[in-house]
Amino acid sequence: MSAKASGAIRHLAAFAILACSAVIASAQQSAEIQALKVQGNVYLLTGAGGNVIVQVGDQGVLVVDTGLAQTADKLLAAIRKISDKPIQYILNTHLHPDHTGGNDVIRKAGATFTGANVTGNITDAALGAQVFAQDNVLKRMSAPTGKQAAMPFGDWPTETYLSQRKQMFFNGEPVEMIHQPAAHTDGDSLVWFRRSDVIVAGDIVVTTTYPFIDVDRGGSIQGEVDALNNILDMAVAGHQDEGGTYIIPGHGRVYDKPDLLEFRDMMTIIRDRVQASIKKGMTLEQVKAAGPTKDYDAQYSAKSGFGTKDMFVEAVYKSLTQKK
Amino acid sequence: MQGTARPNTWGSLIIGAILISVPMFAQGPGGYNPPGQGLDLSGNWGPIFHEDSHERGPGPELVNYLGLPITDGARAYALAWDASRFTVPEHQCEAHGVAYIYRGPLNLRIWEDREPVSQKLVAIKNYIDNYEQTRTIWMDDRPHPPEAAPHTWMGFSTGKWEGDILTVTTTHVKQNWIRRNGLRHSDHATVVEHFIRHSDHMMHVMILTDPFTLTEPLIKSQDFNLRVQNGQTWLYPCEPVVEIERPRGAVPNYPPGANPFLHEFADQYKIPVEAALGGAETAYPEYQSKLKNASPAKTTRSGQ
Repeated sequence: MSAKASGAIRHLAAFAILACSAVIASAQQSAEIQALKVQGNVYLLTGAGGNVIVQVGDQGVLVVDTGLAQTADKLLAAIRKISDKPIQYILNTHLHPDHTGGNDVIRKAGATFTGANVTGNITDAALGAQVFAQDNVLKRMSAPTGKQAAMPFGDWPTETYLSQRKQMFFNGEPVEMIHQPAAHTDGDSLVWFRRSDVIVAGDIVVTTTYPFIDVDRGGSIQGEVDALNNILDMAVAGHQDEGGTYIIPGHGRVYDKPDLLEFRDMMTIIRDRVQASIKKGMTLEQVKAAGPTKDYDAQYSAKSGFGTKDMFVEAVYKSLTQKK
Repeated sequence: MQGTARPNTWGSLIIGAILISVPMFAQGPGGYNPPGQGLDLSGNWGPIFHEDSHERGPGPELVNYLGLPITDGARAYALAWDASRFTVPEHQCEAHGVAYIYRGPLNLRIWEDREPVSQKLVAIKNYIDNYEQTRTIWMDDRPHPPEAAPHTWMGFSTGKWEGDILTVTTTHVKQNWIRRNGLRHSDHATVVEHFIRHSDHMMHVMILTDPFTLTEPLIKSQDFNLRVQNGQTWLYPCEPVVEIERPRGAVPNYPPGANPFLHEFADQYKIPVEAALGGAETAYPEYQSKLKNASPAKTTRSGQ
């Protein structure tokens, strides 16, 4: 077996582990999907695996991420309780299956409205809603003809963007997708609802465990920190440093700017510590043994699976030592 | 004696009944105005600083965690905390959280929010001039928000009367001070408070519980006097500015083992550093006997 083929198998295996773990982790959450109005036109739905965000208005429904495939029907029912308008857009923050697994079901329940020489509702053409993501998401979910794709075809984005941002105006407000290169993965998008004053961060921000930095799919600690600083630059805190812009993580509770600041501080401090250890010539095992995350472990280290302190430190170490 | 005693006994009973009924009928229109549940806490309250005044005014010494039941993680966080973080613009206007704010210099105004038709008590409001915090303690049995809801400096509070004591339970608080020298509680903390009024004096007791930073509940109390004269300042404007030029995203912090103030407080009071580093054991009187047998802190920093 060639080194290239071996690498590809490792790649696929890692992805399978990721998908399985996400399913297991979400099994407890999938019992009930809860809706929470965040502010403006934006709602947060929890219990579908990753957080799902819904923006509603006169024009229709826009969905950011779609949770797991297993919870897609429940998610659709929960969206329909908020609005019965047509689901026109799905925006994916990144490729992982706990955020894109419901794409197929939600897309098929939606509709694309077009102008020019095709007018009206073309749902009959079975297009459903449009699914937007950064181009690297499609590259990593799909595969060249004849090869095994990492994700089912029905979950793939139908539209991608290559520039730094993708803009649209929907339900009375500007909505922007802003690419964050090499953060959680290499295809992360922030989704910014500018009138509602809500930023969807995807898994760049996770409040329940340490964030999973998918180094094998282009993620890095430096990209994470850069993305967090970008969000801090975009967000404006409200009166007495509270409220104002809300930031919705990929998993966990709604943050505002001071909350995100503490999270950014943690990520920066841990990066600095691991970087200093690398400069001293310490191995990964030595760095782990030194406990560079011990101030935060009680709150952020998962007991198992993704988000453990060991997995986090390993990802930080790998991303700081890998050749560019 | 018995014959003459009877009319006198009846007369006394009648007079007694009239005397008792007079204040009862005098309580309000209609002749009947029973007291409601709890006390009225409304008014303008000023803090009394006889407890922990040094910490509550100028602030605590660095690396003084003595008497606090902190976890190893909370201690590690505090030792890495550099007070220069106050100079980072995004940190400058952070308010004191509900588990800390009643300790500071403050004017405290309390009033009731009642449903206008039924006059049922809906909420007890607090305005704290320090950081301009308006706090609502819901008294209408509403549930706390879902776990995913935003957190605030004052958190989400519900109250109930336990006799004449107002007991308040607060969730959804932001990460904030345990002590203003780097010790922080997490955003999973809960706070139980008791507001105890005795005439013009009010005691406020706080019980802070946090699974991540405290090994046992931390209990603190502070007292207030009812004031006829209004407080002088009721506003707290805050405008962040760049105080120190730094690279974008820089976070002042001490690397593990490099806190330059580790020995400062311990040296000043001639106690072992271990005592200054706190923990539940240091909160109890028995620890004093352990201290008597311990050597004072060394002044070198190599012990880190």
